[in-house]
Amino acid sequence: MQAEYQTQSMQGQTKYGATANFVGTMRDFNEGDDVQSMTLEHYPAMTEKQLNIIVDEASKKWPLQNTLIIHRVGEIFPAESIVLVAVWSAHRGAAFDACRFIMEDLKHKAPFWKKEALTTGNDRWVEENTKGY
Amino acid sequence: MSIKVLYFASLREEIGRGGDVVDISTDQSSHSLSVEQLWVNSTGQTHFPDNLLVAVNQEYTNPQALLNDGDEVAFFPPVTGG
Repeated sequence: MQAEYQTQSMQGQTKYGATANFVGTMRDFNEGDDVQSMTLEHYPAMTEKQLNIIVDEASKKWPLQNTLIIHRVGEIFPAESIVLVAVWSAHRGAAFDACRFIMEDLKHKAPFWKKEALTTGNDRWVEENTKGY
Repeated sequence: MSIKVLYFASLREEIGRGGDVVDISTDQSSHSLSVEQLWVNSTGQTHFPDNLLVAVNQEYTNPQALLNDGDEVAFFPPVTGG
């Protein structure tokens, strides 16, 4: 619902020529093991604060018309989306770069944690994200 | 002074609870309490782990930061969202 609302809010606007989207999707494998599902935990009040800081930083670096971040929490299954980052700007350079920046910063700073349930029946916390660059 | 402490993810499971309320008497609080001292006080552990992250009032800070009455302090492992 939030995505629909935000997208509609760009309708009728004529100043943006580029929209860059990134969608992160859950794999059914990680570090050589088959993963059955994943539970995402977060720190609600800090998540919002941190995402706002990240978007503010991106807005200082690039001229952005609008941004949208949606991140799932709770139980997630393979092939389901985990995260969406969308950026609207006048030109593609700013849109691509800002989308990448927001996604990388989110991965390093936003307080989310993944716990994987393996097909073997074991659970394990993901200890660190893979490098993006 | 009273400090609300939160633990997340693998740390919450290791410690066995989601949080604590740490009350420090007025005498003790005449000396400023740091994040690192709070960690020792609330968890009983003597060492502040290298990869442990800390936020005061939902913003990242460091173990040397000083605390005020009513602060919310969160300890957690490296984040793995996205």
